[in-house]
Amino acid sequence: MEQILANGVYLGAQYAMIALGLTLIFALMNVLNFAHGQMYVLGGFVTYTFYGQLGFPFVAGLVMSCVTLFILGALIERFLFAPVIRRSSRDESTMLLAAGLAFFFDAVILLLFGEKQRGVPKIVNGVFNWDFRLIMPYDRILICVLAILSIVSFILFMQYSKTGRALRALAQDRTAAQLMGVNVDRYSMIGFALGAMLAGLVGGLLVTITGVNLGMGGPTSIKAFMMVMIGGAGVISGAIAGGIILGFLEAIGLAVLSQYGDITYLMIFVSLMIFLAIRPQGLMGKPWG
Amino acid sequence: MKRRVVLKSAVAAVALSAFAAGGAWAENPVLKIGFVGVTSGPAAAWGISNQRSMETRAAWINETGGYTIGDTTYDIEIVSFDDQKDPKRAIAGMEKMAQEGIHYVVGPNVDDGAAAVRPVAEANGIMYFPYAFPKELYTAPASNAVLGMVANYQSGPAIYKYLMENKGVKTVAFIAANESDPLSQRDGGVAAAKELGLEVVSDNVTYQVDTTDFTPVLTPVLRTRPDLLVLSGVSPANAPQLIRSARELGYQGLISTETAQDAQVLQEGAGDLANGFISVGGASTPELASDAMREFVKRYTDMFGEYNDESNTKVYALEYILETLKANPAAIDDVNAFQATMDGFEAPNPYMVGDAKLRYVGSTSFGQKRQVAVPLVVNVYQDGAFETLFVAEVD
Repeated sequence: MEQILANGVYLGAQYAMIALGLTLIFALMNVLNFAHGQMYVLGGFVTYTFYGQLGFPFVAGLVMSCVTLFILGALIERFLFAPVIRRSSRDESTMLLAAGLAFFFDAVILLLFGEKQRGVPKIVNGVFNWDFRLIMPYDRILICVLAILSIVSFILFMQYSKTGRALRALAQDRTAAQLMGVNVDRYSMIGFALGAMLAGLVGGLLVTITGVNLGMGGPTSIKAFMMVMIGGAGVISGAIAGGIILGFLEAIGLAVLSQYGDITYLMIFVSLMIFLAIRPQGLMGKPWG
Repeated sequence: MKRRVVLKSAVAAVALSAFAAGGAWAENPVLKIGFVGVTSGPAAAWGISNQRSMETRAAWINETGGYTIGDTTYDIEIVSFDDQKDPKRAIAGMEKMAQEGIHYVVGPNVDDGAAAVRPVAEANGIMYFPYAFPKELYTAPASNAVLGMVANYQSGPAIYKYLMENKGVKTVAFIAANESDPLSQRDGGVAAAKELGLEVVSDNVTYQVDTTDFTPVLTPVLRTRPDLLVLSGVSPANAPQLIRSARELGYQGLISTETAQDAQVLQEGAGDLANGFISVGGASTPELASDAMREFVKRYTDMFGEYNDESNTKVYALEYILETLKANPAAIDDVNAFQATMDGFEAPNPYMVGDAKLRYVGSTSFGQKRQVAVPLVVNVYQDGAFETLFVAEVD
């Protein structure tokens, strides 16, 4: 039981971080960013390059992932999403753009980093072993703590900073925010950049545990969408709740159902379908959008 | 008037460029060889190493004047199609090859894709070289598929037997991704292990192919305390993570797989924790590699930045196709002639030292010669490189 709980907390923390960026972008711009997983992968590759290849400290690699993805996110919003949103009122226009971006990033990643799985040296050696009841490598514990700290910092930033308040106002009512003097264009760009930065940050954190490869983007996006659906689209607390719930469902399923084969995700998908049929807006979303 | 001048200039430019392009290619006629396989997604490494091996070899041939078959010297062009590991896409890829008049295709990389393209290949006179293991692809009445590597049911028993005799292995556990290839390889491995008298202590734990943290997946398997943990059909992307998680969970037994791996990937993903990991290597070792093999590795590295160890095996399919065509030029657009040539075909193996031969094998496993003969090299990973555990032959 101790192992299941620990796995659940660890998986939940990383999943929540992945979902945060996606839901932030959706909340601000009503954009389903299908390239979120690819942004996560890019973040992993930036940390891989700086920490694993060039020998910079791990923290420097993480910072570079954040900076790179922040700038990339800002550019994407300013030169791609903003013009499309301005010119087209159809939601599918931004969806197609996001899907195209995902394919584009896959191609760029293949060109720059190749097809192989990449990994970096462990940041902490050793394994915590409590009488074989709870086994957890120290690097996983550290990454879990860092993920939780990042989530708390993000919540505090959104709650108390001027930028955070502006972003929340934008998410609640774009027109009202504009009437109250919020520079909508600027904060849309900052919000998108922050969402991309969160993807880069979690990619950089997890490259120390899971490594990174070209093909991780799509499945990561799918999991992120699942978490957002569970928690409620566009709700920060919902993304965190969705991530933690998915993490615990996975940990419990893998421990309890493993003897029946790989049915954990089958059960999760069935539960999700039933749940969405009853509560389509997710746990914390509003039915009116 | 102005418009007419512009039009004339445009027509002249198009004609000139077409002439120039034609001139560039007119030196040799082009022989197109296809590749249909996975070059995107988590298993991209399998197909990309295929595609890049073919492109490297083709560029090498073209640079040195082309490849002579009968009285004609050809430039080789590789036509590639990413099937995204989706059987429907694989069928579309094989249909594309048929439309382009291609008769020889390397791939697909996985079982369901290889099975899906069989009707298209047989209906359109295409010989294809899959990296997939279902025996029905290579057993009569199937005729057009040639296994491009050593199958797990050929390498698995050899590895288990070696480990029983040399490492005292008595119990074994299997873990596989929840996909057709790994699952069929697991079932084949379980059957082979039981036949050899090993006790199978766990064989029902599987994982999603996109799993990134294997600690929860491996925990129930390692509770059975096997002497040997077999990672059935594991992809190069997942192998380091599985090894790392197993070792971090305190597992000290042996770990093996029947798929080819890459030493650099293992080093980056698992570091010293991968020491002792046993895998089926590419069909080359430093002791086996000829000068041509070293030249191939150098050219591949120059073209793509880094080499992929899997290409030690994947260099062979194109060579087999071209050498067989050279042996019987009539086969260039007639796969029946190709098949007739396969039985008695033999040519020097340029990638191995000594008097090794290229020849078709598979009579024991498939009842007909539908497999390329590449050495079965079993490696053990140690400190960033593979060391040869033993070398064997199929058939």
